[in-house]
Amino acid sequence: METIKVIDTLHASLDLALPEVVMAIGAMALMMFGVFRGEKSFKAVSWGAFALIVATGLVIMDQAANDITMRTVGFSGAFSVEPFSIFLKYMILAGSGAAILMSMEYMKREKLDRFEYPVLVVLATLGMMIMVSANDLISLYMGLELQSLALYVLAAFNRDSLRSTESGLKYFVLGAVSSGLLLYGCSLLYGFTGVTNFDALSAVAAGEISDATRMGLIFGMTFLLAGLAFKISAVPFHMWTPDVYEGSPTPVVAFFAAAPKIAAMGLFIRVTVGLFPVSDGIHQPWQQIVVFVAIASMVLGAFAAIGQTNIKRLMAYSSIGHMGYALVGLSAGTKEGVDGVLLYMLIYLFTVTGVFVCILAMRRKEGMVEHISDLAGMSQNHKISAFVLSMLFFSLAGIPPLAGFFGKLFVFLPAIEAGYITLVVIGALASVVSAFYYLRVVKIIYFDEPEGAFQPQPMALRLILAASAIFTLGLMLFMQVPREWTSFAAGSLF
Amino acid sequence: MLDWPLLSAITFLPTFGALILLVTSNDEKTGAAQARSVALWVTTVTFLLSLFLWAGFDSSTAEFQFEEKASWLGGNINYHMGVDGISMMFVILTTLLMPLCILASWKSIENRVREYMIAFLILETLMIGVFCALDLFLFYLFFEAGLIPMFLIIGIWGGVRRVYASFKFFLYTLLGSILMLVAVVWMYVTAGTSDITTLLTYQFDPGIQKWLWLAFFASFAVKMPMWPVHTWLPDAHVEAPTAGSVILAGILLKMGGYGFLRFSLPMFPIASEYFAGLVFFLSVVAIIYTSLVALVQEDIKKLIAYSSVAHMGFVTMGIFTFNIQGIEGGIFQMLSHGIVSGALFLSVGVIYDRMHTREIAAYGGLVHRMPVYAAVFMLFTMANVGLPGTGGFVGEILALIGVFKVNTWVALFAATGAILSAAYALWLYRRVIFGRLEKANLKSIADMDRREILIMTPLVLITLWMGFYPVPVLDIMAVSVDNLVSQVDAALTAYHGVEAVAPAAEAVGHAAGH
Repeated sequence: METIKVIDTLHASLDLALPEVVMAIGAMALMMFGVFRGEKSFKAVSWGAFALIVATGLVIMDQAANDITMRTVGFSGAFSVEPFSIFLKYMILAGSGAAILMSMEYMKREKLDRFEYPVLVVLATLGMMIMVSANDLISLYMGLELQSLALYVLAAFNRDSLRSTESGLKYFVLGAVSSGLLLYGCSLLYGFTGVTNFDALSAVAAGEISDATRMGLIFGMTFLLAGLAFKISAVPFHMWTPDVYEGSPTPVVAFFAAAPKIAAMGLFIRVTVGLFPVSDGIHQPWQQIVVFVAIASMVLGAFAAIGQTNIKRLMAYSSIGHMGYALVGLSAGTKEGVDGVLLYMLIYLFTVTGVFVCILAMRRKEGMVEHISDLAGMSQNHKISAFVLSMLFFSLAGIPPLAGFFGKLFVFLPAIEAGYITLVVIGALASVVSAFYYLRVVKIIYFDEPEGAFQPQPMALRLILAASAIFTLGLMLFMQVPREWTSFAAGSLF
Repeated sequence: MLDWPLLSAITFLPTFGALILLVTSNDEKTGAAQARSVALWVTTVTFLLSLFLWAGFDSSTAEFQFEEKASWLGGNINYHMGVDGISMMFVILTTLLMPLCILASWKSIENRVREYMIAFLILETLMIGVFCALDLFLFYLFFEAGLIPMFLIIGIWGGVRRVYASFKFFLYTLLGSILMLVAVVWMYVTAGTSDITTLLTYQFDPGIQKWLWLAFFASFAVKMPMWPVHTWLPDAHVEAPTAGSVILAGILLKMGGYGFLRFSLPMFPIASEYFAGLVFFLSVVAIIYTSLVALVQEDIKKLIAYSSVAHMGFVTMGIFTFNIQGIEGGIFQMLSHGIVSGALFLSVGVIYDRMHTREIAAYGGLVHRMPVYAAVFMLFTMANVGLPGTGGFVGEILALIGVFKVNTWVALFAATGAILSAAYALWLYRRVIFGRLEKANLKSIADMDRREILIMTPLVLITLWMGFYPVPVLDIMAVSVDNLVSQVDAALTAYHGVEAVAPAAEAVGHAAGH
């Protein structure tokens, strides 16, 4: 068992949650600023939000540098900080920061430049940070709902567009159902054990328990996982994804695609391996669930994407498949498995952000285009971004030597170590199917005749794309660096 | 031995060249000219560097040479390179063919020249890497990454049905290799290392060996390609630009055979023996069936593609005889086929560049206008048939000797296939070169120019040299092959020894009991 440092004073607890406190106060301040400055403050608030995210990152860095090498629990056990959550917070902040930079120009052009947008992104980010640090069913729900409510609004942000409002509504209704499932799971867990704290729950599960309690725990956990599966858009709770991706404004989708998934995946890891470690007797049920969800997601993500013509829908199915692959690593339930998942999410973050930069760049004189066929012949008009986009798609397909290959490799490794060979074989075969539609995009970019150039991209987008490209193409050279981070982060959970 | 990282230098010099190309002129015309000359220089220097490899190679040991090691992915996964007698010649083959490919594309590739050269240079790095990698994951990385540039080469600069061909090529090969990845991971998890030198002596459980063997077989059989998973090859060959076909036939196909030698045989000897019958069967079918198919082709490139499949049948057959002649024959056949098939595709390229058709019926009587071409094409046709005095003969006869020692029937059918290869090759030659020059558009066709003669000369010389004096090449591989054979033998004897002893011991036990 890991050693836990418990903090019992409120003052020290607040210190532990300093990044979240900074973010919360900053969000309020930005909101006030926006309210008083009025509609024209979009740009200022956006930069403010970006600065806030950077500042929060610095606070976390300071925290990490000082004393967080093991789990530290504050607020009477409700809030836990360790290298695992710190690593996830970095990724979340990176995703959110990129999303804000990506949206500025777009929102202005599409006349969506209302100051609420960056504030909502910051609030959602705050929710995600609470999620990954949650060590109690109540803080879990608090973080999750803060994040979800902000995201619902963001999905419907283009309120004059039918599709955007529809996607917001769909997201809200289905999200509410999933929250209900999750709450029901929480209530079962609490009802059967009498505790809400994760460490206490874990202790109950590890001790001598009656069959009834055991049953209650399994049921509660199943509902909990169902709710979380919705958030990471894993099959069978994936239905909202394509519609929301298609309907929401593109920068919002770019935000949806990375940060919330990372946060939900972090939570997923915590309520599985964190709550019911493999050394206890109760891990088998969740492993079964994870294996099933992983297989279903990989296969559906691979086959359903074939027929898509809209690039955002394609990315939705692609993300479903990728969550399946990430879960393959989790199914092992080992430290190496969690390590693999974290690495997978890191690579996914960089790749997907890069892809969305390119999708945002799909703009002709008459406006945005979203059909895959609009990419035709991009390689002749925009040599560099066409090359990068193709490499990103090869990376998503998991072809070496690109980053995506290493992601798949390091989730397959622990799964095979744990004996899940069939699972890995299915995943591998599904990746061949998915390679087909990724290749189709590359084919359109490189083999088809050009259809007309896109409008030039703003500098911020190019920088993000460059970062994504360097990471995706160069990862094979500095693989050891992120491996060190992820294994350090994963180690703190065990 | 040299104390600088020669292998890495050879492997990554082309990539460096590709990076140089990124900063060449953006202007269409000057950019293209610069791209061509940079690519030619880089590949030539790479070839010259690789000659140091040959010069410094010690053929008296089966150990890996020019070894380099650096930590890479963490865990036990390292960047580990090295060559032995089996892989060294393939590196030279690769570096030799590359400058010729660049020269062959000098005029036939006109649009997106810079991208074309970059794709080829990257591809060269990946191909050399495959033959040098001494770590499973590193090997897999090089092996699989080659799909990306080849996919683009076929898809962008290919013929009419290029999209279909490139997809088929990519997905077929990926499907085969992905199972190998699962096996690779399994081996790493079980043996605790992905180092090939260590794994060569690691003994996997015989039952598991069969699964691992099948997983590797799926990959190498597709790459090779063996019947019945060869169907991607004719499509890819027909649609690929000339240089792409040369690389496909000359080097990419050899990766399958190399994989059998490096992994299947030494690491899973028991499974290899168990499945040898299957390989023989598939090889013989390939030799006879694809030769017959080649007979009826109307497209020159397709005909040569099918002939490649048949020739690769000799290779797999030779490798799975587990004796020295068979394996040396297999390797030699791969090397000579690399030269000969490459040269044949280049020959097709010569007339394709002039007439823009590959249909056999569109030609005839070329000898009247192109005597030099006719002579060169004649030599390579004969080498393809396996005429004594050409490189093709040595490999084929060695492989046949090897298989005669093991299974006469297989040898009989394979020898029949050799006759068929003479039939389709000579018939092709007759229809294209001989006869009367009747077609109006052929009347003004020009013979090979200096560039084309420059490309062909080294290939002609090497083909003849390999045919008349194959000893230097055979010497290089001799010790390594010997070591491989004795290793496989030892593993098989140990296994069968245990199996034979077990019932005997049981019988003794029974006797003692009574």
